[in-house]
Amino acid sequence: MLKELQPALILLALLSALTGAAYPALVTGLAQATMSDQANGSLLKENGQAVGSRLIGQPFSDPRYFWGRPSATAPMPYNGGSSGGANLGPLNPALEAALQERISVLKAADPSQQAPIPVDLVTASASGLDPHISPAAARWQAPRVARLRGLPEARVLALLERHTEGRQWGFLGEPRVNVLALNRALDQAAP
Amino acid sequence: MNANLLLQYGFFFAVLFLLAWPLGLYMARIYRGDLPAFVAWLRPLENFCYRLAGVRHGDDMGWRRYAGAVLAFSLLGVLAVYALQRLQLWLPFNPQAMANTTPDLAFNTAVSFVTNTNWQAYGGETTMSYLTQMLGLAVQNFLSAATGMAVVVALMRGFQRKEAGGIGNFWIDLVRSTLYVLLPLSLILALALVGQGVVQSVAPYASVPLTQAVDYEQPKVGADGQPVLDAAGKPVLEAATAREQTLALGPAASQIAIKHLGTNGGGFFNANSSHPYENPTPVSNLLQMLAIVLIPAALCFTFGRWVGDLRQGLAILAAMTAILVALLAVEVWAEQAGNPLFERLGLATQGSELMAGGNMEGKEARFGISATSLFVTVTTAVSCGAVNAMHDSLTPLGGLVPMWLMQLGEVVFGGVGSGLYGMLVFAIVGVFVAGLMIGRTPEYLGKKIEAYEMKMAAVAILATPLAVLLGTALSLMLEAGAAGVFNPGAHGFSEVLYAFSSAANNNGSAFAGLGANTPYYNTALGLAMLFGRFTIIAAVLAIAGSLAAKKRIPPSAGTLPTHTPLFVVLLIGTVIVVGALTFLPSLALGPVVEHLQMVGVR
Amino acid sequence: MKTTSQSLYDRALLQEAAWESVKRLSPRYQVKNPVMFVVWLGSLLTTGLWLQALAGEGEAPAGFILAITLWLWFTVLFANFAEAVAEGRGKAQAAALKGLKKTVWAKKLREAHAGAPFHTVPSEDLRKGDVVLVQAGDVIPGDGEVVEGVASVDESAITGESAPVIRESGGDFSAVTGGTRVLSDWLVVKITVNPGETFLDRMIGMVEGARRQKTPNEIALTILLVALTLTFLLATATLLPFSIYSVGVAGSGSPVTVTVLVALLVCLIPTTIGGLLSAIGVAGMGRMMEKNVIATSGKAVEAAGDVDVLLLDKTGTITLGNRQAAAFAPAAGVSEKELAEAALLASLADETPEGRSIVTLAKERLHQRGRDIHADGASFVHFTAQTRMSGIDWQGRSIRKGAADAVKAHILALGGEWSAAVQQAVDDIARRGATPLAVAESSAGAARVLGVVELKDIVKGGIKERFAELRRMGIKTVMITGDNSLTAAAIAAEAGVDDFLAEATPEAKLKLIRQHQQDGRLVAMTGDGTNDAPALAQADVAVAMNSGTQAAKEAGNMVDLDSNPTKLIEIVETGKQMLMTRGALTTFSIANDVAKYFAIIPAAFAATYPALGVLNVMGLATPASAILSAVIFNALVIVALIPLALKGVAYRPQGAAAILRRNLLVYGVGGLVVPFAGIKAIDLMLVGLHLA
Repeated sequence: MLKELQPALILLALLSALTGAAYPALVTGLAQATMSDQANGSLLKENGQAVGSRLIGQPFSDPRYFWGRPSATAPMPYNGGSSGGANLGPLNPALEAALQERISVLKAADPSQQAPIPVDLVTASASGLDPHISPAAARWQAPRVARLRGLPEARVLALLERHTEGRQWGFLGEPRVNVLALNRALDQAAP
Repeated sequence: MNANLLLQYGFFFAVLFLLAWPLGLYMARIYRGDLPAFVAWLRPLENFCYRLAGVRHGDDMGWRRYAGAVLAFSLLGVLAVYALQRLQLWLPFNPQAMANTTPDLAFNTAVSFVTNTNWQAYGGETTMSYLTQMLGLAVQNFLSAATGMAVVVALMRGFQRKEAGGIGNFWIDLVRSTLYVLLPLSLILALALVGQGVVQSVAPYASVPLTQAVDYEQPKVGADGQPVLDAAGKPVLEAATAREQTLALGPAASQIAIKHLGTNGGGFFNANSSHPYENPTPVSNLLQMLAIVLIPAALCFTFGRWVGDLRQGLAILAAMTAILVALLAVEVWAEQAGNPLFERLGLATQGSELMAGGNMEGKEARFGISATSLFVTVTTAVSCGAVNAMHDSLTPLGGLVPMWLMQLGEVVFGGVGSGLYGMLVFAIVGVFVAGLMIGRTPEYLGKKIEAYEMKMAAVAILATPLAVLLGTALSLMLEAGAAGVFNPGAHGFSEVLYAFSSAANNNGSAFAGLGANTPYYNTALGLAMLFGRFTIIAAVLAIAGSLAAKKRIPPSAGTLPTHTPLFVVLLIGTVIVVGALTFLPSLALGPVVEHLQMVGVR
Repeated sequence: MKTTSQSLYDRALLQEAAWESVKRLSPRYQVKNPVMFVVWLGSLLTTGLWLQALAGEGEAPAGFILAITLWLWFTVLFANFAEAVAEGRGKAQAAALKGLKKTVWAKKLREAHAGAPFHTVPSEDLRKGDVVLVQAGDVIPGDGEVVEGVASVDESAITGESAPVIRESGGDFSAVTGGTRVLSDWLVVKITVNPGETFLDRMIGMVEGARRQKTPNEIALTILLVALTLTFLLATATLLPFSIYSVGVAGSGSPVTVTVLVALLVCLIPTTIGGLLSAIGVAGMGRMMEKNVIATSGKAVEAAGDVDVLLLDKTGTITLGNRQAAAFAPAAGVSEKELAEAALLASLADETPEGRSIVTLAKERLHQRGRDIHADGASFVHFTAQTRMSGIDWQGRSIRKGAADAVKAHILALGGEWSAAVQQAVDDIARRGATPLAVAESSAGAARVLGVVELKDIVKGGIKERFAELRRMGIKTVMITGDNSLTAAAIAAEAGVDDFLAEATPEAKLKLIRQHQQDGRLVAMTGDGTNDAPALAQADVAVAMNSGTQAAKEAGNMVDLDSNPTKLIEIVETGKQMLMTRGALTTFSIANDVAKYFAIIPAAFAATYPALGVLNVMGLATPASAILSAVIFNALVIVALIPLALKGVAYRPQGAAAILRRNLLVYGVGGLVVPFAGIKAIDLMLVGLHLA
């Protein structure tokens, strides 16, 4: 083993330079040159100003907005500097408590909405940064947002439709609504 | 819903096999030094490496020397990654001024990446500098994968050679794996991922305004920088308001590409592939899943080509695929069925075109149940360990599947190289019992399986259950171990069992609720990773050496054919029986009882 | 010794075995079998726990611990019993051999010739190199080589063949075996082995199993069994901390007891195969013995199952030992009657089977069946290696028969003519694979060829089917013959062998064996002559004929007492059977574990996690009865499988895949299902007897 140390050391250095310096430098160079929008975080810009990222969700608790997935990041929700999930097991009493709390807040925000709440609206996302909710979860909130913003519900649903992404390539993943983009559009439609 | 699910899964497997086939045949060529034209221009670079390192072509190593080289190289790798973490504050490419990590975390992480485990005791965007990620973690993503590939190539030579003294040269196998397989594939995948939105920059973290400011509480920090504690010893909280959102960036795409291709799985960000910057779209999700299984699947073709009968490789591939598909079915069923609690609370859980439904706790909306379940199964069947959902929040049976896939020894595709060599060890055991049953001294691919091979196969198969069961038992008995448990009840037991299953089998995924960034767990899991990885490598290389020295018996009607469905069934049976018999009691006390409790059995 | 086929369960044998199994409880004996040693340790541990319970500090009710403990001890005893029965049967077989070993008095000669003075010594005192005189009625005192004399010897005690055999100095019939009896004349025998090393001694040792060493596959299997045992040791040992933790988080029940863990461990580890493993090995030797084959090592028996290539001597194995006259081909101008008459006369004194067959055929053609032919005043010319002819000189005629070229030379020397037509007939016969024997006559200075007698090899009935069977088993057959390749090819085709070696010399044989071995094949052969010894030594499975020379027997690793070369095929089957029995019982043993888990896991954790009761698919009455039933089943299954271990798994000559499919179904799936029924039945019985 000892006499193999010399090639080990030299090859570690060489391959490190290759895979740890040259390779990321090449990828960074190519990415920045050809896909700088994506490479730098897919920022959502209004009038040249970054107002968030298309890929990273933001916290909303104001009933005038659509709310996103519950986020378990610390210390504040949707902390883009420290991702993470809640890690609650299916039988953890804390999960039941958290769900009940979220359900009651949602119901309190719109007592008239009697339909069952879509499950993704009250369950924490994996990353704590999920930018999406399901179309069902958005529709469930649409009457509330429309009422509080004084918009016709059809208008809100039309906006919602516009910010709904179908399955990618028609069959991959799930249909989803980008909450931040939808809320920005709402603000522009009815400030 | 079901049609879409079948379409997603069918597409995945179709593309996988279509890609794995040519890649496997390509690898069969390059390890012989027979370079196709499109990579031949890299040969001067390859030779330059050898010249500098003093490696000579044709310098065939015996298995002991080969193993020595693997160990020497890995040891230096651990030292390098350890040093980078411990010194990162004073090194360049640290725009967020990440502090030097603690010794135990540095040890754990270094071991974790060198052993191809990539267990994350750290949070990527909160702990590691860009330099550590690029020059430490990403480098080991390449090199630990290349090491695994080299070892399986050595084992293949054992089957292929006749009365030979050596099993190849580790340095040549290592360099070829890196240069001709991992680097080109990573480059392609990295750029494809950037196209989907994976970040790739060395700029500091960005900051954007929040549309709605958020009030929150945070622990109060005293003048000494330590959290202020109240009389009861709990941290005092203070109210705060956030108006800005930090967006963690970094050279992620280049690292994530090899993270999957090399079946490493250590995330650039803490949330791993559930993080929208790490895995932004269903397409990036598909690419990552394909990348996880691609090389392990392709190696089956390489193996078949090398032993002179592609069907031999296909039989192995069929066995792996069958187990994967069966467990995938359980996984997606369990997750879609979800948690009865949700229905009790009056939530809508039925899947439809408008929502994924099921158990969405700890999952991302863009992936839903189908894409997540496939990812969960694939990442644990393969010893990747990247996650696009929080495994701790899976349903009990949904959690049993990944846990058991790891406990099977990471042989259902398994890690690059390590999966195939692990599976071949099972094949040796299966063939042994089958050989006895047909009344012949067992042989596999013309090589007699005798006491020495059985001894080494036993060592390889025993190593990980030993580490898993003893590690779990020890941790549950120790204060330091039990303290890390996050979820109550049987699920807490599962967390510890999962951790050691993951570490010893070099997977790296976690029931992440477990507070594992403690000196105890960092050390214990680090040792489990080392033990699991290198015991098996040593045993496999010993088998390779012993097989290479043997004659090759020509097959006859009395030889057990090892390319038939019967053999596939036998191989599946061996893997499942060993895995089931070893872990049934512990699984009963973890996910099984939790499932029964969940569905209301008293 | 003709082995009488014993019933499996002879009463005396069983009693002996039962006592033996108690004696074998000693740790010194147990430690040799790792799997059963674990059971032994477990039994000891639970015995201690029972005593503790009696003292009032038990972890479980003393009655329960006692029941488990007793059945664990039974498990050990049953395994001992299996081994003892197998060895007992071997001993019974050996006893017959031992009868031959009773001390005899030898006449030890001072010098190595018949007339030398001798004194009488007990046979045990004879050393290698001693020379003894054996006279009619004497028992040969030890294995040796005849150096002088010719005698008929009764070897029926060893071979079961009642006809006496001739033993003489020099050549291939010079070896004698101790314990056989000289019937007529006398022999001077040079003893070739020391006491305790005689062939008989080795046979007895092997058959009794006393000197049995583990075979390579047995060692490899033991490693697998140890690995499984360690795995289960790990799985059960860690259950204690797991259980303690679970009790803590569930807040109910109490940790699993050590008694239950030991019970679980013993049920899971492969005790079935572990307990029967050595019995299978001993029984394998025994089955060889039943076929009148003595293997000098278990390794040879095992290797027999692996054989890829069988080298078979043509004569005696593929064809009936002797060629037979089949037709007369008279020369031009000679009638068949004339030729037949001449051939008959030439063969009158020829006592070889060929000669007899010529006489028979000629009589048939001459319609003289049964009539005695007298040739008074004839002088017979016997066959010699120089002339290679035999014949008769009678009434001025001198008739010769012999190999075609020898007769041709003889005729030409006498000025006769060897016609092209005769040569054509000779060649035709040879091409058909038969042997041409020319007959010539000379009288009054004129010599002429009368014609050719066709001697045909008669391929044994059914041999072609045996070879087809071997081919299905994946075994290649090669015929070895001294014939030329033309003849050899014809016989090979008729007999259906895969290949042949013609004009075989000992060197060519050796080379062929080495060549096959170089390709990684295992070669088996039979042989009897001294010149076979190098090839026998080289072959992986070498069966020496008991009628053969001492050198051949020394070089081989098996001796066929019947001296029947076809036996090789049965030897291969017996070897395969032994491996198959091990494989099948291993699979069965492992498959059993599934049911045992379903019995014990819910029972062990019933108090902590009542939900696990769902896994009690067999609906066993109580946790105690469930655990006890599993342990009892585990012990009884050893006893139940003793007959299978002794008799071996049924072997059918089929391809590998077909055999595997069948055995997987019977022993794999069967092993999965049987314990569910068995454990449930025992549980019902325990409940019925109010024991649980």
